[in-house]
Amino acid sequence: MTEQRTPLWEVFIRSRNGLAHKHAGSVHAADAEMALQAARDVYTRRGEGLSLWVVPSDAITASDPADKGMLFEPTSSKIYRHPTFYKVPDDVGHM
Amino acid sequence: MYTQALNTSGSASRLEVRSDEDPERMARFQARIDAEDRIEANDWMPEAYRRTLIRQISQHAHSEIVGQLPEGRWLTRAPSLRRKAALLAKVQDECGHGLYLYAAAETLGISREDLTEQLLSGRAKYSSIFNYPALTWADIGAIGWLVDGAAIMNQIPLCRCSYGPYARAMVRVCKEESFHQRQGYEIMLTLCRGTPEQKAMAQDALNRWWWPAMMMFGPPDSQSQHSDTSMAWKIKRFTNDELRQRFVDAMVPQARILGIEVPDLDLAWDEATQHFSFGVIDWEEFRQVLAGNGPCNRERLTDRNEAHADGAWVREAALAHAEKRRARKIAA
Ligand SMILES: [Fe+2]
Ligand SMILES: [Fe+2]
Repeated sequence: MTEQRTPLWEVFIRSRNGLAHKHAGSVHAADAEMALQAARDVYTRRGEGLSLWVVPSDAITASDPADKGMLFEPTSSKIYRHPTFYKVPDDVGHM
Repeated sequence: MYTQALNTSGSASRLEVRSDEDPERMARFQARIDAEDRIEANDWMPEAYRRTLIRQISQHAHSEIVGQLPEGRWLTRAPSLRRKAALLAKVQDECGHGLYLYAAAETLGISREDLTEQLLSGRAKYSSIFNYPALTWADIGAIGWLVDGAAIMNQIPLCRCSYGPYARAMVRVCKEESFHQRQGYEIMLTLCRGTPEQKAMAQDALNRWWWPAMMMFGPPDSQSQHSDTSMAWKIKRFTNDELRQRFVDAMVPQARILGIEVPDLDLAWDEATQHFSFGVIDWEEFRQVLAGNGPCNRERLTDRNEAHADGAWVREAALAHAEKRRARKIAA
């Protein structure tokens, strides 16, 4: 294929007011406007959303799965970050 | 299924797990699979897992895309506005399914352009079912009922596939499929409760689509390759024969409600197994269709190639327009 490649975009949808945009998938489009149009056609045919974001896929920097341990494991030993770590007498009530 | 060509003979060697794969990594990978962990795009995976998935997901995507063609011809011939709107929405969904699946395949490191090229050149396979013609309006009913029905049987377990992007695409697809099957069944029901001629049309459609639909699940387990590795990797959760049996068990009572006959003289309820037993499938026909000799193979590929060529100027113009705007922005 000698044809020029059409850029890839990641699609995020806000499903209801008050919720964050969530990754839905990706589309190919020549520019942002067409990416929005394609995202609308491909990912919101049944009222899935109220708002769309499209982001060029190559603009996303992802953490390396190999660093998973280094990045995320240390938090599992820091149980003092959770409210249940602290003892409060029952008669204090809800806190 | 939509990926039935995966386990037909002649392609076995490609799935063999490479012996130079690091055994320690392989063991860790298998442990993740066994623990029902999902594998994501950037995670380490055996080359054979990646290759199998690329082939499976892209065959699935191609099937969705080519699957638009038999039904597409009836869009302008639908008998009412209601039917036309429904069929248009269904065909549009199938296009969407193809796109979700291409996107999932691309996460494994193959480009959309390469995937498209594999389909257009005839190198890639798609489901045998789409090489049969939709001759009458009743065929649109039979396709929705039987073909989408078979697709659902296969796709529901794929929602739990070990590869995350594929599983997530399947969740979206499955949500949309049930409308497809119901609209097909409704068409069949309307015809079956209509004039004797309409009912005969429905019976004729069932006669022609039953066996090709049975073939959608792929070769019998006794002849199918790759199944073991795919099951161990939880790409596949049920064998071809298991899914085919479920299909028969679900469809036969539905045909009875329609009041038409499944074209299989050997079909009978088996008290012992609590399943329907059924006749022998013509696997030679299946092999011929997969090899390119079905009733519509050539037509389907020609139509896809023409549509792609006709759209070339649009893709070119869109890219040129985007480039011009980008250049202007830089200049400003
Ligand atoms: Fe589909
Ligand atoms: Fe469908």
